[in-house]
Amino acid sequence: MTISFEIPENVLSQLEMVKGAAEYVMRPLSRELDENEHARPDQFVQVTWGMMRDMQKRTLDKMANPEAGKKREGVSTATLRLMLMIEMLSWGDAGVYLCLPGGALGGAAIEAVGTPEQKMRFLKRFAEGEVPAWGAMAMTEPGAGSDTSAIRTRAVFDSATNEWVINGEKIFCTNGKLALEESNGLVVVWATIDPTAGRAGMRPFVVEAGTPGVTVTKTEIKHGIRASDTAAIVLQDARIPADNILGSPEVQHGEGSGGFKGAMATFDATRPLVAASALGIGRASLEYVKEVLQANGVEIRYDLPYHKLTALQRDVLEMEAQLKAAYLLTLRAVSLLDHGEPNNLESAMCKAKAGKVITTITQKAVEMLGSIGYTKETLLEKWMRDGKINSIYEGTDQINTLIVARRILGYSSKELN
Amino acid sequence: MVSFTPSDDQKQLIETIRRFAINDVHPAAHEADEHAELPAHLIETGWKIGLVPTAIPEELGGLGEMSAVTGALAAEELAFGDLSLALSVMSPALFAYPITLYGTAEQREHWLPQFLEESAPRVTAALLEPGIFFDPRELKTSATRDGDKVRLNGVKATVPNAENADVMLIYARDSDNGQIDAYLVQKDTPGVSIEKKEDLLGIRALPTYRLALSDATVDAPCRLGGAVGCDFDTILNRGRVALASMAVGVARAAFEYARDYAKQRVAFGVPIAQKQSIAFMLAEMAIEVDAARLLAWDAAYKLDQGDDVTREAYLAKQYADKAVLEVTDRAVQVLGGYGFIREYPAERWLRNGRGFPMFEGLAII
Repeated sequence: MTISFEIPENVLSQLEMVKGAAEYVMRPLSRELDENEHARPDQFVQVTWGMMRDMQKRTLDKMANPEAGKKREGVSTATLRLMLMIEMLSWGDAGVYLCLPGGALGGAAIEAVGTPEQKMRFLKRFAEGEVPAWGAMAMTEPGAGSDTSAIRTRAVFDSATNEWVINGEKIFCTNGKLALEESNGLVVVWATIDPTAGRAGMRPFVVEAGTPGVTVTKTEIKHGIRASDTAAIVLQDARIPADNILGSPEVQHGEGSGGFKGAMATFDATRPLVAASALGIGRASLEYVKEVLQANGVEIRYDLPYHKLTALQRDVLEMEAQLKAAYLLTLRAVSLLDHGEPNNLESAMCKAKAGKVITTITQKAVEMLGSIGYTKETLLEKWMRDGKINSIYEGTDQINTLIVARRILGYSSKELN
Repeated sequence: MVSFTPSDDQKQLIETIRRFAINDVHPAAHEADEHAELPAHLIETGWKIGLVPTAIPEELGGLGEMSAVTGALAAEELAFGDLSLALSVMSPALFAYPITLYGTAEQREHWLPQFLEESAPRVTAALLEPGIFFDPRELKTSATRDGDKVRLNGVKATVPNAENADVMLIYARDSDNGQIDAYLVQKDTPGVSIEKKEDLLGIRALPTYRLALSDATVDAPCRLGGAVGCDFDTILNRGRVALASMAVGVARAAFEYARDYAKQRVAFGVPIAQKQSIAFMLAEMAIEVDAARLLAWDAAYKLDQGDDVTREAYLAKQYADKAVLEVTDRAVQVLGGYGFIREYPAERWLRNGRGFPMFEGLAII
């Protein structure tokens, strides 16, 4: 083992193809889809559906036959691939990227805590068939955001019918409408089986499209990532099969807080990918700023001392260094995952940093380009609006900072909250 | 394949330096700063770690392993111990590495074998110049050709160990073509004089000097690399990555100290680390230390690949310059009143950390 920043050749060549989609399919759709919130980006879905389906199929094949996959490669490049792909797609358009067909966060949760049987049963829809499907995760409620122990959605087991009966309201569910109304998708719903138990009572349930009693009641009108739907979902006596509760029987029957820990493990894998999306928006903004500055005679150089740089040049260099720092922290979190090592601390670090950096960079970019930055004739103002969500979802910057603090101090959530 | 794990050899090196830093350097750093003098035995032990001999070419008896990544790891760890000591221990490299990289066969054979000796050779290098408008690519110190001689004129600042050096590498701008070159100059050359010992805000245990060159005349073959010269940009870049890594070391020392302090200092009935205002400061310090380190590693890795790292080295140093100030300042803040007391190390780290934007050419990997 040695320190290396070398991205494998085959990952880079795959990225070139993604770049094509980002540049020629996503960018031209950007403004229109921002103006018409929730209009499904059909052209993008058509272009990417086949690739996403094949990727999911390979993952499932590997699951079915884990030995064959292991022999082929020593260290995985799966997460690295995903990170760079998401960065590139978000460089294209972060809102449209979220409409990528597949399991998304719901799929990630199933992969992280589902049994082999459940993975096959639930993920197959993303790996085959003639039409795309989407997955989503529903955790947040009107009264429960970062504090997930306040979740009130309730799951009660009905032994007469061997079903779970779920009641409650979920909000801010990314792709909820795509998953439940526009495809034969699914939503992983977090609910409590014991409201007095706090986090220990929390369990993930797979709720499939078409389940009676499940309604998308609203899609939010948002600041950014407007191409992606953010749904409110009401579950009213929604009945799902007994084995739609995710995880092994031990997890299901609440050995410790296994179920909740499973959710948190999902975040270790998905946070760097959210950071990757932020990085793509950041790069788009920075590249554009440099382009405009260059057209106006301002060159960014790396061979001048402080006193020979204008304030404008200094700002760009600072933005560039910050973006690079966030990129490298994300790369580290991803690389640990691919090496099969724990990355809870590094994952929270990169997300907290990327959230902060993307917010600052995109807001600064609008300021720097003055009236060009503030007009809708360019995409800069949109990138500023799109960027902000990365400070908020998948753990706010504050929650991620709190996780970093607990890890470096060796404190439990009781000791530091 | 992307990986963030050092090799086993590198891990061993880090461990050796870390033990030295904690057991020997930390207990001595305060006195060294107060009395503006590094204990000789620490410099000797530092030299015996063997960083420079490792980089000397094999045909001259070294190991021929000049890895920037290994250098970055060592620089961080040494600076984690103490910045003055790190700069002092690595200062022979300021002379040896440019010769290893760009010296003529004669220069290499003449100068490099002494770096395999038991004790460090008495050498240094002079790049910085006084004044607020320093630009390494536009040095004011001039080199003027005069037949088979070269005349050097100008003033150099913050030259480490100049008083005790027998020979130094002096950077100057060619009066004819503006190119930056380095010259191997004996200190007793007429026209070379030490103007004064500097009295700095930080790195006080490292003796630094202002050096005057007044028609100091050397033979033309004293130019580093002879007729070909040197790649000054690469020397500068290697220096920047070294300094960035040292900044990370200083920042990490401050962060770890503040973290441990916050866990044992009780206020309002709990350790202050259990208060979010303190815990968040510490979390942000940890993130900044790691971010700065990764930027330095990235530049070092690309140096080892033979890439032009002008951009990477610039960004790494710029980032580390800011991070070390921020982190050391926060460390003082976490310590409260104790942060302001010289008996505690935080204020020393802040004074040392503040120097980095000014530091250039003081270290190399």
